Formats: sequence, structure tokens, C-alpha cells
Amino acid sequence: MRTLLILSIAALALVACEREDREYRSNPVTAETNEKIALVPLSAGPGGPTEQRSGIGKDYEENAYHISQGQRLYTWFNCNGCHANGGGDSGPALMDDRWIYGGQIENIVQTIREGRPNGMPSFRGKIPDDQIWQIAAYIRSMGRNVPKPAAPSRKDDMSPGPAEQRRPPGEVIDGGQIPPSAQMPQ
Amino acid sequence: MRRLGPILLFSTLPLGGCQGWQSALDAHGPAAGVLARMFWTFVAVLATVWVLTMIALLLSLRRRRPAGADPLATDPATERRMTITVSIAIALTLVTVVSLTGLSYAAQKVLFAHKEGGLTLLVKGQQWWWQVTYEDPQPNRVFTTANEIHIPVGEPVLIKLESSDVIHSFWVPSLTGKMDAITGRQNQIQIQADRPGLYRGQCAEYCGLQHAHMGLLVVAESREDFERWREQQISSAIPPNDDERQRGMEIFMSKPCIMCHQIRGTDAGGKVAPDLTHVGSRRTIGAGTLETTRGNIAAWIVDPHGVKPGVNMPTIQLDPDEVQPLATYLEGLK
Repeated sequence: MRTLLILSIAALALVACEREDREYRSNPVTAETNEKIALVPLSAGPGGPTEQRSGIGKDYEENAYHISQGQRLYTWFNCNGCHANGGGDSGPALMDDRWIYGGQIENIVQTIREGRPNGMPSFRGKIPDDQIWQIAAYIRSMGRNVPKPAAPSRKDDMSPGPAEQRRPPGEVIDGGQIPPSAQMPQ
Repeated sequence: MRRLGPILLFSTLPLGGCQGWQSALDAHGPAAGVLARMFWTFVAVLATVWVLTMIALLLSLRRRRPAGADPLATDPATERRMTITVSIAIALTLVTVVSLTGLSYAAQKVLFAHKEGGLTLLVKGQQWWWQVTYEDPQPNRVFTTANEIHIPVGEPVLIKLESSDVIHSFWVPSLTGKMDAITGRQNQIQIQADRPGLYRGQCAEYCGLQHAHMGLLVVAESREDFERWREQQISSAIPPNDDERQRGMEIFMSKPCIMCHQIRGTDAGGKVAPDLTHVGSRRTIGAGTLETTRGNIAAWIVDPHGVKPGVNMPTIQLDPDEVQPLATYLEGLK
């Protein structure tokens, strides 16, 4: 009886054998995902603004492969040229809790896709849609807004602060300020 | 006994792998020659040792002591014979180990000798391809290519090895031994080909899903051919001269291609994927995965993950009538 118990408990370890799926092959036919996101809680009439989220953000945020691909693409596409390693430079910081245009993954995807005033270019048609989602998932991991087991570990090169998976869980506070260095000269 | 024939015949089949464009036993350079000679010396010496040991073992089994003999009895004559035999065996072992160590030390001196002068290449291992930069004191003669190295015959070529992601290992078996490419440091190895020819190389350190499809090609050719090739590689891409290729170029420039790839002489300046300036002149695409033909280029663009799952080339959105001009344009980049 005892042996059976030990064996069945040992068999439980096998559950850990299957990790998440790595989706290498995105669907080439799908156009970009349609997200309708409100930037401010204001709207005409009593009800709040209507929002439409496709819900695929979760698939990216909870997937370690997507986040680590995002980490790679972040430097490949020169995001660090303006945002540094998340600390911000001429572009706003990404690892803090303030989000000028909203800090949910859909907001970040919209920001990358559409661009924003004061310097953020639009990458529509330049970065394939699934890669935009991967980068957005990585940016979410900078403030530990993704599950700890999915966030990337230490990078090989020098970087400020602890690795993404060792940062304290972040909050998302909508609204924030464009750094003076990024504002248009008056 | 009748079974032995076929078994022997089949066991010689693997020897067929000893020749060809990627074999350490088919040496075409000084370093590989030293390695191959050392391999055969080791095989010969160690096979002799093994055969002698087996003979001694068989003899001792046949000439065993009588069953009734007293196991504790010692005979001075036998004792002396045994002492001499064991001493000789120890001495022979020492001689073998020391001489093989000496041999391998001597081989290392040739293997890691650095001859001055000659070409210097910066080879960067990436998941899963090789970025090759030909260095030159004149900055305008430096150029970058991928997965195909041309070298002049009979001249030493210094390869500086770097890596941008994980550990890779540079190995062209017919020319030299392996050398690791490690992130954050630079290793060096010198290669030299004694005869013109095509030598295949392969990443020799498991580096991820497509490690097996991380090949490279070394083309050894005469000095004149090499110079001609180098001049052509230094030049920018020739602008397209017909409508279809012109359209292909426009498609390339308006798609995500330019985020990663570079075509010198155009607006495409990405540095994270293979330089495509003269992609049509290379023998393979996808680091030795496919032969360079228009069809293969089209297949690669339409579904890179079908050809090489996990590769960092994304699937991009293309209209069906855009594939043909794009492939034609890229194939024409000679």
C-alpha cells in the first residue's frame, strides 16, 4: 500500500515534463489582430468607452518562448536606441509603473503598431504582427507584469537591475509624463 | 563461418564515410593532415596493445594451473619471472603513454601555430547561421557575407570566432579541428587548404533546435579567382534592370525584410540577419539548408518554419503575386 502511494506520488513528477508549446509557425493568412482600446476612461454618455480585446495577449504574456523572443527582437529592432534597457532615454522608461498610453499588453501593441506623438514611430507593416505581440510581452515582463515562471532570466550582457524574473511584481498606473528630453522643443 | 562474410562486408560500409567534402580523415590542409595522421597512429598503436593484451589473456587461460595446486605456495623461480613480466608491462605502458602524449603535444604545436600574414576573417556564430566579415586595413574593402567562405589555396587564413547568442563551434573537418565560438570572447583558429575544392563545415556544439542545419561552405580557389570573387563581393548590389526585378525590389523595401536584412546599395540596412547583397551568388540559403534556386528562395520566404522550424526568420504577409518577383529579385543578386 505504502509502495503504491510512493510510486503514485513519484509519478506526479511526470506532470512537469510537458512545458508550454513553442509556436514557431504563425498563421501567415491572418491580418493583424483587431484591438479596440480606450486610452482614457472618458466617453460620451454615462457608460464607459467600449473596448474590444481579442484575448490573445494572455497567450503571449504567459509563454516564456514568446517573451524571450521579444527580448531578442527588442535589441534587434533597436527599441533600446530610445528606451535603453527599459530605463528610458529619449523615449519613456518601460520598467516603471507609469504608462502614458496604458500598460496592458494590447495598449503596448497599439503603441508599437500605430506609433505615438513625440517620436515613437509606427511599425505597422515593418514588424510582423506576432513579433509585435512578442515585443509587447517582453516589455510587460520588464515591470514583472507577467507570471514569474515565464519571465526571462539573466541576460549575458550587462544590464541594470535584476533579471526580469527576479523583479518585484509590478503595478500598472495609467497616465504618466513624457520625459522633457522627448518633448518637442517649444 | 558462412555468416561472417556478410557481417564483415557490412562492417566495412561505415568506411565509406571516410571520404568526401566533410571528413576529418580526408585531410586537405596541414592542420587536418596532422590530425588525421595522429588518428591513424593512435589507432595503430592502441590496436597493437589491444591485440597483445588479448593474446596474453588467451595464453593465460589455456595454460592455467592444475586444480589441485596449493594457491599459497610460492616458487622463487616463478616469482622472479612474474616480477620481470610485470616490470616489462609497466615500462611498455609508460613508454606508450609518454610517446602518445608527446605526439599529441607536437600535433598541437602545428594545430595552433599562427602564421603571420594572410587573410583575417571575423566569423560570428548565430542561431543558426554564420556571419562572415572579411577584414581589411582599408575600411571600404571590408564586407560581410554569410555561410560561405572563399579562401585562396595554400595561404593561411586566420578566423576570429565570436558568438552573439549561445556557444557554437566552428568545424571544417577536411581543413582543421574544432574551435568554439563563445559569447563575450574571441577565439582564433587558422585554416589552410592545400588543394582547390569545396569543403563543408558544420556547427559542432549543440546550439538549439536547428543546430543540424547550421552548415557552412569553404570554397578554396586560386588567388586570381579569389580576388575576382572578393572584388565582386565588395561592390554594392547591381540595381535591377527589368520590370519584374524592379517590382521585387520595391516589395522587398516595403516589407519587414528590411528590418533584419541588408542589401548594400539600397535602403535595406538591417544587420541582424544574413547580408543579402550577393545572395544569388552563394551556393545555398538557410545556412546550407537549401540550394539557391528561385523556387527554393520562394519556398523559404513563404514558409521558413516549414523548411527550418524555429528559425528566426518570421512568416511575413505577402500577396500571392508578390512572391515571384521577390524571389526573382533575390536570385538575381549575384
